[in-house]
Amino acid sequence: MSVPAPAAPVSAPAPTGSKGSRRTGEGPLSRRNITETLLTGYVPLALTTLVVFLPLMWMVLSSFKGPGEIVTTDLDVLPDSLDFSNYQDAMTLVPFGRFFVNSVIVTLAGASIKVVLAILTAYALVFIRFPFKRVIFVAILVALMVPPQVAILPNYILVTSLGGADTYWGMILPGLGTAFGTFLLRQHFLTLPGSILESAEIDGAGHWSRLWRIVVPISVPTIATVGLVTIVTEWNEYIWPLVIVSRPEMMTLPVGLTLLRNSESDPASWGIMMAGAVLVLVPILVVFAALQRYIVAGLTQGSVTG
Amino acid sequence: MARTTVSPPVSAAPPTSNPAVRRRRFSGRTRRDFFTFLAFALPNLILIAAFTYRPLFSNIYYSTLNWTLGAKTATVVGIENYITFFTSPDARDVLTVTAVFTVFTVGGSMLLGLLVSLALNLKVRGTTLARAAVFAPYVLSGVGVGLVWLFIFDPVYGALAWVLRGFGARSPEWINNPDLALVMVILVYVWKNLGYCAVVYLAGLQSIPRDVLEAAQLDGAGAARRFFSVSLPLLSPTTFFLLITTLLSSLQAFDLIRIMTPTGNGTNTLIFEAYLQAFGGFNRAGYSATVSVILFVLLLVVTGFQLRFVERKVHYS
Repeated sequence: MSVPAPAAPVSAPAPTGSKGSRRTGEGPLSRRNITETLLTGYVPLALTTLVVFLPLMWMVLSSFKGPGEIVTTDLDVLPDSLDFSNYQDAMTLVPFGRFFVNSVIVTLAGASIKVVLAILTAYALVFIRFPFKRVIFVAILVALMVPPQVAILPNYILVTSLGGADTYWGMILPGLGTAFGTFLLRQHFLTLPGSILESAEIDGAGHWSRLWRIVVPISVPTIATVGLVTIVTEWNEYIWPLVIVSRPEMMTLPVGLTLLRNSESDPASWGIMMAGAVLVLVPILVVFAALQRYIVAGLTQGSVTG
Repeated sequence: MARTTVSPPVSAAPPTSNPAVRRRRFSGRTRRDFFTFLAFALPNLILIAAFTYRPLFSNIYYSTLNWTLGAKTATVVGIENYITFFTSPDARDVLTVTAVFTVFTVGGSMLLGLLVSLALNLKVRGTTLARAAVFAPYVLSGVGVGLVWLFIFDPVYGALAWVLRGFGARSPEWINNPDLALVMVILVYVWKNLGYCAVVYLAGLQSIPRDVLEAAQLDGAGAARRFFSVSLPLLSPTTFFLLITTLLSSLQAFDLIRIMTPTGNGTNTLIFEAYLQAFGGFNRAGYSATVSVILFVLLLVVTGFQLRFVERKVHYS
């Protein structure tokens, strides 16, 4: 009974002892050790972090600078005051508020429909008997690897002929079929214990209630991962909305930014463009900062564990 | 002994009386399952078929047409578009630019990603934050990122020009100069994507069993030797995975190129050329489809390798 207690203190000092001896007797706080940790550890870390953050900080700071502060060859890193005129100018020059709303609508509608379709398809592939399941799964796997960009022209011709140019459904529909979400959720559903579903089946629960009352509630983390990755890609989607939308009031943020870049050649407009960049980059940065574990897991899926 | 030989006929009796009932019940259930499956999966499958598979075949058909986008009629020209592509100097430029862009973005983000992953793998505080920071650009809109870097590269008011002035140098026209534009686009692309490689390499590094590295250390192998003789070979599946995925995404890179050089400036990769030919004012839908088909064949070759790789993973999990 009392065996575990003495075992812990014995094993605890061992790591520190071995680390000390590896450093040929120097303590962990010796000058040489500290310099070495700084040079090989913190300096590379700080450098890479700065290389990533400096451009983004430059963007945010510039978005608050007045035209006079932008058009100068002296570099003032900090803006004189928090000047929101760039944001106001962006709103009046092009309908930036509308771009933002459009992006939110397209992202949320597209992502939620995609996730529901992925859940339904993955459930069917794992838990419902069907003769050609294997073939269908391979077809989805292949679709996963067909680049959407190659499909732009035929989809453009189809959707415009159906009257989908400059409409929300025209922007959303072609991207709805989801191979990625289906694949990820199928892999997860395969790991669920079959006994729970069997007992539910014996209790008379049909596929519909088994899906929504058992499978979905115990799969929330995986579904969240798929949802987040879908939101990120929908928000950043560029080539399709660029092609299918020509009226400014239907544009999403990335497409609207292009409009801003094309219309302005005055150097003072850099501030306005940085305000636009903030509006498209910062929402995803915030989502990422809060939920990065799930997003990274989803985007690097298949790398090591498969 | 006697009892066991007697029991089989007894237990075999019920099944012979049952099959009809059981078959009816099963076929009813099977049919219900059949329709449930279709109700669940068909919407997604139809969408994938309509907007992913159908375009592949449409593109092949369009590529045999001399067709202006928006025109009601088109003439069938067979493989003429392909002959145009493979004989014109412009097409050679497109292939060269695609090759240069792909080699340098894939090589750059993998090499830097590996270096950064080594730093992230050190046992110091703050790696969690650094890992998130390095990965962050990967989730950002290419349009927004491109715009930020365009401002940094502005030859008069940009931050880079200011740094160069500090050294007494004058800033060249980074983006307007066709010799430099491709280099700058490649740099920004690598900046945006190296975090992905770093995080995947980090996962690979952390899956290397520690006792293997410790054994090498006991044998007197220094840090460099341990890296090149132990870690790097053990990372080869990760390297292969990254090679394929970054190759595929580099070949499809679009938003960054389009925002930094809207009409192309020595930056016409295959995907960008396909876009410009159809939607960039030329309205050459047939020729654009030809470029798409060539890009698709290229991607198919890469995908062929990946499919085998993913299949193995699928069986594995």
